Amino acid sequence: MGFMNLFKHFLGDDWGVHPDDRKRPAADRPLRVMPVPEKLYLPLQQHLGGPARPVVLVGQQVKKGELIAEAQGMISAPIHAPTSGTIAAVTDITAPHPSGLTLPAIILAADGRDEWIDCQGCADPFALDPVEIGKRVAAAGVVGLGGAAFPSAVKLTGAARSKVKTLVINGGECEPYLSCDDRQMRDRAADIVDGIRIMLHATGAREALVGIEDNKPEAIAAMQAAAAAVAEVHIRPVPARYPMGSEKQLVQVLTGKEVAAESRTFDIGIVVHNVGTALAVRAAIRDGRPLISRVVTVNGNCANDPGNVEVLVGTLAEEVIAFAGGLKGDGIGLARRVMGGPMMGMQIPHWRVPVVKGTSGILAFDAQEVAAQEPDPCIRCGSCVKACPMGLLPLEMSARIRNSAYDEAVGIGLKDCIACGCCAYVCPSKIPLVQYFVHAKGELAAQDRNKLRNDATKKLAQQRQERLDREAREKAEAAAKRKAEREAAAAAKAAAEAAAKQATETEGESA
Amino acid sequence: MIAAILSLTVLGAILGIALGIANKFLKVEGNPIVDELVDLMPGSNCGQCGYPGCVGAAEAIVAGTAPATCCPPGGKALVSAIAAKLGLTVDLSALGDDGPKIATVAEELCIGCCRCARVCPTDAILGGPKQIHNVFREACTGCEACIEKCPTEALVMKPVPVTLQHWVMPKPRLA
Repeated sequence: MGFMNLFKHFLGDDWGVHPDDRKRPAADRPLRVMPVPEKLYLPLQQHLGGPARPVVLVGQQVKKGELIAEAQGMISAPIHAPTSGTIAAVTDITAPHPSGLTLPAIILAADGRDEWIDCQGCADPFALDPVEIGKRVAAAGVVGLGGAAFPSAVKLTGAARSKVKTLVINGGECEPYLSCDDRQMRDRAADIVDGIRIMLHATGAREALVGIEDNKPEAIAAMQAAAAAVAEVHIRPVPARYPMGSEKQLVQVLTGKEVAAESRTFDIGIVVHNVGTALAVRAAIRDGRPLISRVVTVNGNCANDPGNVEVLVGTLAEEVIAFAGGLKGDGIGLARRVMGGPMMGMQIPHWRVPVVKGTSGILAFDAQEVAAQEPDPCIRCGSCVKACPMGLLPLEMSARIRNSAYDEAVGIGLKDCIACGCCAYVCPSKIPLVQYFVHAKGELAAQDRNKLRNDATKKLAQQRQERLDREAREKAEAAAKRKAEREAAAAAKAAAEAAAKQATETEGESA
Repeated sequence: MIAAILSLTVLGAILGIALGIANKFLKVEGNPIVDELVDLMPGSNCGQCGYPGCVGAAEAIVAGTAPATCCPPGGKALVSAIAAKLGLTVDLSALGDDGPKIATVAEELCIGCCRCARVCPTDAILGGPKQIHNVFREACTGCEACIEKCPTEALVMKPVPVTLQHWVMPKPRLA
């Protein structure tokens, strides 16, 4: 037993926080399927990694499921048309991002026919080569649906390569307010288990552990019933606690193994996927259908009729809200618009931003839920230290970041921060601790980018100098060559003249 | 013949080894701090500092004859990096640095004369004769070498546009 474990033994291992989950009544409402909207707004970057590259022209007719933007680079994902229609524009739209900046997107005008392309399904996925499954999942544009939107195929093939033993399926859904995973586990448990079996085959893992928080008894029951006949899939209820759905925490609770600092779950033979991703993988392999829709939770005190809605990727949040019952009093008490969960989601500037592959929730908060308060000075109570699931010292890190001493913050563990927000949630002084960490991480990334850019421009300057030198050398050589030729020609001419002169002289003499 | 070849080979080997040893033990040490500063600097040798290239500026900064703030393309980031390296205290607020800038071409004014492309130290300007030129954002170091070459004032320095990839969440206000 290590030193830290002794501590945990006596003090209790009580990382994380227990926020009021507010998942009901939205979780208990049946899933609603939203009809195809008039226009769909598809950002080219809906995933981690390189943005996709459009492969359609404005005015082109596309069918549902047709490729409209291809993956670019090692870590990227393609984008498919969520319905049939005409490409209306390729232009900049407001990003689902707290900055309120724009990003390039394809705008698709639906024709209402909703016609599929020919989908190449596969009746027996277990006969397929795992590499082939990875390729098909990549071609279907499947990304992690838990929120981070990391391309799933990269994780599947990477897991097969590093020979993972355990597949952990994340059904934790620890973010308050959200219930999209819960709803799908209740409604589509058999399909999820099928998807998990395909993922097991693709990764070569021997068993799958499905972690579900114990505040979702219906989902646990449904999943247990669906997995009863499958020996290698185990449903494991875990205590409800935020951030149970963070992969490092879930892995530790399920397997007892801790992921070392600055390393990944691959390193201990585990790969983690979300339950929604299992469904998307199943659709990609069994039916050959790309990822074009997802389930989104509409919730918050301002929402008239909270619940889960299945929407096409690219639908505006505004239209999703209108379909799901609109806002109370037409949004008069609205204090904050959030995409994703309340703890780690993004505040968005207005509702005219599209749902993307990673959008798990659309939340309309009133002033009481936002509970905005001016921060007070730190009283060094240590609440944040106790709450931090990664065992870091948020108060110390934030003090260093406040002084712009980013390197010192990295020295005490900033790189291991998962930005879960527990520290800011428990802070009695309402210090925006996690905002400091997100800021510092962005600043460090900007510094790294700057350094890379500097190296690149330096190389360019060097190459230019080499080119100029080479050009000068070649010019000099060419000039020397011409001069030599000229001299040789002159010499030849002189010799010829001399010879001719001599000839005439001898002729004269002989004459 | 063989004696000549042998003697020259032996001579070459002995001199080579002697040179190698001399390089190891009698090396002229450059100032390592200057090298470190040169690594930090933009490296485009634009000359705005008034010194012969980035190496010259680094030497002057280390010698104390030039202020740490002498490099305009480096901006605030470079100043704080140099100050940290040399243990200087620099008043950044007096710098009046409003973020990095890069050259941009006003398309309606460019006549395609290629004069700017010829002086760019990083080949960041693309353009042929009588074609509108353009600047590669990622390659421009903001050295302003092209600005005065432009006969139509089509080149202007503008702040680097903030994109989604470059955006950083602002630091929270002080508690």
